[in-house]
Amino acid sequence: MPGFATTTGGVLLILAILLPVAGLTASLALGGRRAEWIALTLAPVGVLIALAIATNVLASGAPVVYIVGGFAPPLGIALRADGFSAIMLLTTAAIISAACFFARSGFATPKGEPEARAPFTFWTLIQGLFAALNIVFLSGDLFNLFVALELLTFAAVPIVCLDGRPETLVAALRYLLFALFGSVFYLLGVGLIYGAYGTLDILLLAARVKPEPAVYAAAGLMTAGLLAKTALFPLYLWLPPAHANAPAAGSAVLSALVVKAPFFLLVRLWFDVLPKLPSETAMALLAALGSAAILVGSVLALRQQRLKLLIAYSTVAQIGYLFLMFPLALGGGAWSMDAWIGGVMQTLSHAFAKAGMFMAAGLAAQSLGHDRIKDLGGLGRAMPMTVFALGIGGLSLMGLPPSGGFAAKWLLLTASAEAGQWVWVAVILAGGLLAGGYVYRILAPALSGEPAALNSAPARSREAIALALTLVALLLGFAPQSFFSLIEIGRLPVVGP
Amino acid sequence: MITAATLSGLTGAILVGLGLYGLIADPRPLRKILAFNILGSGVFLVFGIIARRGAAAGFPADPVPQAMVITGIVVAFAASALAIAILLRLVSETGRASLRPDTPGAAQTPGD
Amino acid sequence: MNALGAVDLGLALLVLAIAGWTIAAREAFAAIVGYVAYGLLLSIVWARLFAVDVAMTEAAIGGGVTGVLLISAAARLRQAQTAEDERPTLPLRLMAAALSALAAIALGAVILSLPEPGPSLAPLAAKNLAATGVGNPITAVLIAFRSFDTLLEKVVLLLAIIGVWSLAPDRYWGGAPIAPRAARPVGALTFLAQLVAPIGVVVGVHMVWVGADEPGGAFQGGAILAAMWMIVMMARLSEAPPVGAPWLRAALVAGPAVFLIAGASGAVTSGAFFALPQAFAKPLILIIEAFMTLSIAVTLPMLVAGPPRRAPL
Repeated sequence: MPGFATTTGGVLLILAILLPVAGLTASLALGGRRAEWIALTLAPVGVLIALAIATNVLASGAPVVYIVGGFAPPLGIALRADGFSAIMLLTTAAIISAACFFARSGFATPKGEPEARAPFTFWTLIQGLFAALNIVFLSGDLFNLFVALELLTFAAVPIVCLDGRPETLVAALRYLLFALFGSVFYLLGVGLIYGAYGTLDILLLAARVKPEPAVYAAAGLMTAGLLAKTALFPLYLWLPPAHANAPAAGSAVLSALVVKAPFFLLVRLWFDVLPKLPSETAMALLAALGSAAILVGSVLALRQQRLKLLIAYSTVAQIGYLFLMFPLALGGGAWSMDAWIGGVMQTLSHAFAKAGMFMAAGLAAQSLGHDRIKDLGGLGRAMPMTVFALGIGGLSLMGLPPSGGFAAKWLLLTASAEAGQWVWVAVILAGGLLAGGYVYRILAPALSGEPAALNSAPARSREAIALALTLVALLLGFAPQSFFSLIEIGRLPVVGP
Repeated sequence: MITAATLSGLTGAILVGLGLYGLIADPRPLRKILAFNILGSGVFLVFGIIARRGAAAGFPADPVPQAMVITGIVVAFAASALAIAILLRLVSETGRASLRPDTPGAAQTPGD
Repeated sequence: MNALGAVDLGLALLVLAIAGWTIAAREAFAAIVGYVAYGLLLSIVWARLFAVDVAMTEAAIGGGVTGVLLISAAARLRQAQTAEDERPTLPLRLMAAALSALAAIALGAVILSLPEPGPSLAPLAAKNLAATGVGNPITAVLIAFRSFDTLLEKVVLLLAIIGVWSLAPDRYWGGAPIAPRAARPVGALTFLAQLVAPIGVVVGVHMVWVGADEPGGAFQGGAILAAMWMIVMMARLSEAPPVGAPWLRAALVAGPAVFLIAGASGAVTSGAFFALPQAFAKPLILIIEAFMTLSIAVTLPMLVAGPPRRAPL
């Protein structure tokens, strides 16, 4: 049976996970300066592994599988990479690598000291994040995914309060409590599923799941838990302070990748575990919450006084778009593949755009000594590359052509129209206008006035990293055909209820 | 008839309710951490009844959910330790154990 | 209802009453004392579910180590302003109560709806037990069938240690935490520590050794060793080491590192990461467990001790 034996290239999947795990372990043992060196070496290796996995998936046209320990499910654990996994692995490896090189100057161990607190913490935890994200994208077992979610939380929370200011500590503690609440609910759902079917393997469950009380309860609990972790409206309150207060490289990874992990699991849950569940109402509810997130998040972003908080509230809004995909892509209509590609495209383009924008905002804040939006005047002439990155990223958030954000929103828009679900069309258009508003709020002052006086000039290389990331979001609008073939692998045919 | 296992399962369900209430309704962070632990132990008991109902092949209970509970207990402890460390640092900075976002402190923007 | 049924019912009611007390008690200290008692009672419930391994873990962690963590936290929080005044209004509390009650009732109904006897992996575990050479099926799940979970759980502990340490003020980095301890040396406590610690160490090591075939194992044994170290530190016979101490770092990573190496060697000898060569499965499992025990015994007390609170020497 396909999916229960290791395939060609399967060993890459376990390597993608074990390399950062080994790196983290070695970093803790060897400490300080070596942790940085290990992270900077292993992140690009991760890119190569992700590329190799994507190549394998594309070449075979089917998911790549690895059976851990030689014990096949249901007793053991399988790792599986479909097209969506492969593209998320690649995105993760690229953004983590960028964040590592971006973070070098901020987290250098001072000369003459064997180890310092913030650098040691950052370089070890970023590897923890890398490992946890890769497990989320690869694991085929619902309990193993619980452990991965916990890893992700434990690696992400301390990054939020790395500088120890009181408001960052409050943000971190609130984040932790929300995340723990989410995990416990998820775990309870996992327990009920095991009680009903005696397995936690996603592929086995897909064949066994029937509409019955335990499954409905499990679906509700797991969805609620994952929504809290992905900060979908109305459970978003923890996100803006956490993402806005972290160091720039951390904010980038948190907003671009970490909130996408629970979203990815929601997709796994509803598309792969529960496709046989009648879910029209539930999916409409998810999209309604997504719509509320788009509108509320954008309006709140418009009202922020600080750049990093504005970008964080924009994350709340942009996550909302992801949930428009559920009722459209799961229905089995002719438009479902458009909606699917739109959802994946939104995941990727937001990841790259937001990572670059948070880095750019961090550079601006560092050079100006503040990040008050009304005092950004003259930034464009003082730091053109940084402001250019903010602009290009903003283009993708608004959904203007030619950008990945445009492709994503256009696909979701046409799918909504084809499906006759006009309310989402209205939301997408309104969201685009509101995003235009908050991006304008950044660019209008930044592009006016005499060159701003800088406390320190930004490093060109760091500006280049921020710009490169937003350019990737832009270039996604020109993605080649093989990209679309890749993200469809493992998805077709979409099974209707 | 309600067996010992079912009884534990129902106990677990009520513990989930109690923990959930504490987590939502009590503003004190330490009490939220306690409530999280009670919520968690209720969830573990649900795994316990599921393991017990899976008694087969000469084992008094299915070992797989039991092993998962052991993993879960470890993770919950680690979570409590991290939460308490953040809480204690917060208190040493502000003198106040509160999750309110307007906790006194420098409103200085972060650099990077 | 027979006598045993009455005992189970009484136990369940007692657990619920103490849990309710823990949630409702006004004083943090009272709530925590309640929680420790709750953990111990819960371990009896686990024993009644024929889950002796879980019962041991719950008693050691739920009652023991978490108890020390919470009590020392409450002691340090005594001076702090509480957030009592932020208590939600009565209507909000009633809504939360209604929501929680609804969740509990729905969950209870779902639990009653689950099939009995339920689906089980016990037969499959039994069939594959021989391949691992161990007799305790839970040890087999943890170290063989689902060893990947166990490795990741150890990584969770490493991340937790890093996270806890990261909360130190910069000036204390490289210094030592202060483990929970008596304010001054107390004769009785010293005597207790000197008496109990050696016995506990023997019990803990024994538990790991028999864990291959009987209830027990790396985690339970490690937790007991951890408790012994904590008692010794409480009696001020020993102090928490500085966070940069090389031996400490080595002990923390020993378990996951050996697990990783054994896992990788499985790829060479048996064709899959974390596969155990049949001929050496049992000795290999015991070696992995020994190092994991060491790591757990060091990790748990360090997590309780918290971030460094002294400047490095």
